[in-house]
Amino acid sequence: MSNNTYEDRLAIREALKQFGRLNKPVAELTDDSDLFGAGFTSHATVNVMLAIEDALDIEFPDELLNRSTFVSIEALAGAIQLSRGQQ
Amino acid sequence: MSTAEQPWAALRQRLIDAAVLAELGEPGMFALGGKFNQVFDALDDLYVHTFADLDAESWRFPPVEPKSLFEKTDYVASFPQLTGSLSVFTGDNREHAELLRVRAAGEPWEELLHPGGLMMSPAACHPLYALLTGTLPEAGRTFDVLGSCFRHEPSPDPMRMQTFRMHEFVHAGTAESAQAHRDSTAPRLVAMLESLGLEIEYVPANDPFFGRTGRIMAANQREAALKFELTTKVYQDQAGATAIGSANYHNDHFGTAFGINSADGQVAHTACLGLGMERTVLALFARHGMNISDWPQSVRSVLWKANEH
Repeated sequence: MSNNTYEDRLAIREALKQFGRLNKPVAELTDDSDLFGAGFTSHATVNVMLAIEDALDIEFPDELLNRSTFVSIEALAGAIQLSRGQQ
Repeated sequence: MSTAEQPWAALRQRLIDAAVLAELGEPGMFALGGKFNQVFDALDDLYVHTFADLDAESWRFPPVEPKSLFEKTDYVASFPQLTGSLSVFTGDNREHAELLRVRAAGEPWEELLHPGGLMMSPAACHPLYALLTGTLPEAGRTFDVLGSCFRHEPSPDPMRMQTFRMHEFVHAGTAESAQAHRDSTAPRLVAMLESLGLEIEYVPANDPFFGRTGRIMAANQREAALKFELTTKVYQDQAGATAIGSANYHNDHFGTAFGINSADGQVAHTACLGLGMERTVLALFARHGMNISDWPQSVRSVLWKANEH
């Protein structure tokens, strides 16, 4: 995995903080924590995705627009990498 | 394909020729004739009778709802393309004169109106949730809601009106009781529609969420198996099946948005069974013909005996 994932993870955490509507502080989540278990909803995933795309100037391809992309910070970081690969 | 060859064109013409419907001059806008209303009333009676055992509390709402209520449902985030808001004139004499001038010039005077703080209700059950803020009783509550819905999807297909009525049986309670409501009422509605001679399929579905972000919403909805539709083939094999009803488990979406708790202190879960009244009435005319007196006796006796119970 390339070394820019640290910034990616910061951007993911910032987006979750602002738009995730989670039921616990983002700082308490590990990269593997189940976001849906932490109260993440479908409506919130939409806003988090848009915030991440905006912050990192990427666009998630259509095939990544599903629940598994949003299941954890780790999964989101992987999706960001895949999105860059397609640009 | 020309307009006349579209699968809906023949049905539309038959409905209009038989005065079941009359056109109002905009796509998806119809007046409903006496024959239509006769079937509508009988269907509605049958539906209420079929689910009488739910002992549902009856509520009726206006066709518009306050924007504050509309906001809580997140509807405009998910379905901006279907949303309609009500605009009103709030001007003075000078602005009235301007409106008269613009109108006389044949220009769009509606642009001089301002948002009135009212939204067209897109679903019959939405305004109900605003009444439920607080804590539900142990068994939850079940409701009978018949309301007018507006969805901006103008279409020449008579099965897709811009305003229509939806009759719903809604339950608010726990995750278990909400899912049980959906899963126990849906097969009974399928059976009721089949007793009217309609061939029904009960299939997983998703709402028409808007745009790229909508793909996530739709995928989530399908993955979690939240929505099912009752579909029937109005146009035989010339077009896909049309949904005439749906059975939805909303999870805690409305419970969270409207501050509704179940008796155990958890956020309430909700579910609804909805019958699209206009679509179902038209599916019956499409299936059995434009003369009600020629409909199969088996169908007529189900529709017009429900009253006698």
